[in-house]
Amino acid sequence: MRTAGGIRRRQSRAAWFFLAPSLAGVAAFNAVPFADVVRRSFLDAMGKSSVGLDNYRSVCGNVAFQLAAVNTARFLAVCLPLLMGISFGLALLVFRRDGRGNFYRTSLVLPMVIPVAAIVLVWKMILCRDGLLNQFLTWISPLEGWSLLPGGGVGRWEGRWETDWVNGITAFPVLVVTYIWKNAGYDLLLWLAGLASIPESLYDAARVDGAGAFARLRYITVPGLSGTFGLVLILSAVNSFRVYREAYLLAGSYPDMSIYMIPHLFSHWFLTLDVQNMCTASMLLIAAALSVAAAAAAGRRAWRRVTGR
Amino acid sequence: MKTGFVRWSFARCRKNLRSALCGAVCLLVWLPILLMLAASFMPEDELLYRYAEPLGAGREAVRAALLPSYPAVSPYIELLFRSPGFFVMFWNSCIQVIPALAGQLLVGAPAAWAFARFSFPGKKQLFFLYVLLMVLPFQVTQVSNYLVLDRMGLLNTHLALILPGIWSAFPVFIMTKSFETIPDALMEAAYLDGAGEFGAFLYVGLPSGYAGIVTALLLGFIDNWNALEQPMAYLKDLFLWPLSLYLPGIAQDKAAVAFAACMVMMLPPVLLYLNGQSELEQGIAASGVKE
Repeated sequence: MRTAGGIRRRQSRAAWFFLAPSLAGVAAFNAVPFADVVRRSFLDAMGKSSVGLDNYRSVCGNVAFQLAAVNTARFLAVCLPLLMGISFGLALLVFRRDGRGNFYRTSLVLPMVIPVAAIVLVWKMILCRDGLLNQFLTWISPLEGWSLLPGGGVGRWEGRWETDWVNGITAFPVLVVTYIWKNAGYDLLLWLAGLASIPESLYDAARVDGAGAFARLRYITVPGLSGTFGLVLILSAVNSFRVYREAYLLAGSYPDMSIYMIPHLFSHWFLTLDVQNMCTASMLLIAAALSVAAAAAAGRRAWRRVTGR
Repeated sequence: MKTGFVRWSFARCRKNLRSALCGAVCLLVWLPILLMLAASFMPEDELLYRYAEPLGAGREAVRAALLPSYPAVSPYIELLFRSPGFFVMFWNSCIQVIPALAGQLLVGAPAAWAFARFSFPGKKQLFFLYVLLMVLPFQVTQVSNYLVLDRMGLLNTHLALILPGIWSAFPVFIMTKSFETIPDALMEAAYLDGAGEFGAFLYVGLPSGYAGIVTALLLGFIDNWNALEQPMAYLKDLFLWPLSLYLPGIAQDKAAVAFAACMVMMLPPVLLYLNGQSELEQGIAASGVKE
């Protein structure tokens, strides 16, 4: 008993020794200033007198904040299922137990590595008003006066397509596609790792029992990937805020309303040094993240109770 | 005999379909890259003829090509020998990225070791804090960082990007996951052989967690090399800008070298990725288990 306690104490002291440099920096750059952020979110613009919840009321009532929050939520709601579905499909397509198919894997991960600033010129090449996409659409639109999308909202039809894909209502799907192009590779690697961790013997047994390809997918692959699912979801959500880089480089700091997101709002507030608004909005975002995490944890507990695992 | 043939041709068909699908998806990745590569070898007049609109030089139909009509290395020569601005920005990127990565290794690896191999009071809560910091978008921590950097008088210096980069939470997470996969038996053997805590970390932990460390550094490099939000917020002076912030404007500045500059900027992360690919796959795989 005494030795066990002794070992634990020794371990504990060594752990703090290893942690100290990292903790010091995290405290200096995040924890301590965070206290200041909390304080400022309750103070007036000068940082002198307390205004209670007025800042929260004004930020929540701010039209730009509402727009940015709704757009960000919508972007996540559209992108996360799409990205996870597509990358899962690609993983099933590329996965080989013998480790072959390396070229496909390398190719699919490559977009993750390519700097946004570099690839953005190619996106412009494709999406600009006389770009490749419009040329292609003109080419496949057989008759003059006939448009793929009626109403003229997307394609102004004057014999040829001249849609400005980046500045307009189509900016949202454009952003979704560039996001998926860039991030599918990362999720693919996570899925592939999950697939490799499912023992082959399970599939063999199922095959012997006469399970078809779909049944094997439904009853072995999908349950076997439940652990991977959570991580893919979290990391995809983290990466989704980085789509600001594409949005900024394609459409500038005043983009179409449909892709005005939280990062745009923060960079505007940052330019005007609107510290108290930024502090308040940061608090709101952290609260949102924590409540999503709490909901997910509760959901997982409930799921475990139901399935009895 | 007949059923055998049918089954054989069916399997064959499915295999071909699979290859075709894989090929089509890969084409989606490779086409933009090849377009860029071809454009980087075009002389200025051909560039302006083909890509006037994306380069911001007037409206003319884009005439894309996968091979230049008049291949030339002049853009690269112009870029590497006659564009001092590009050189400065390239070094700025290096100055901002490499120390941050070295710091991540020095500070983050021991922290990850503590999370992975020790039990101590408050470990769960602390790790949750790190995960939270990792998950929160830059914009949330931006305010905190800004307040500190302002107080320290570091705004508009390279350190404004390096210091917060060192204490990024993501590498700690990745390395922790990778250190967790080291078998206990290996560590016990090290302790039995008389290794101290630090020796065990240095001689057993670091080599065994190699894949995780490479993964953390590689992903860190990619992220920092791409940094846009941080330099935009913290750097006022143009001569401090990294490549990632300067490159988008280069088309207005010097259209002829724009694509060559893109290729040069792409080169370091792509080469690092191709070299560390197997480690990256292992490291990401380790982060997926035991969620």
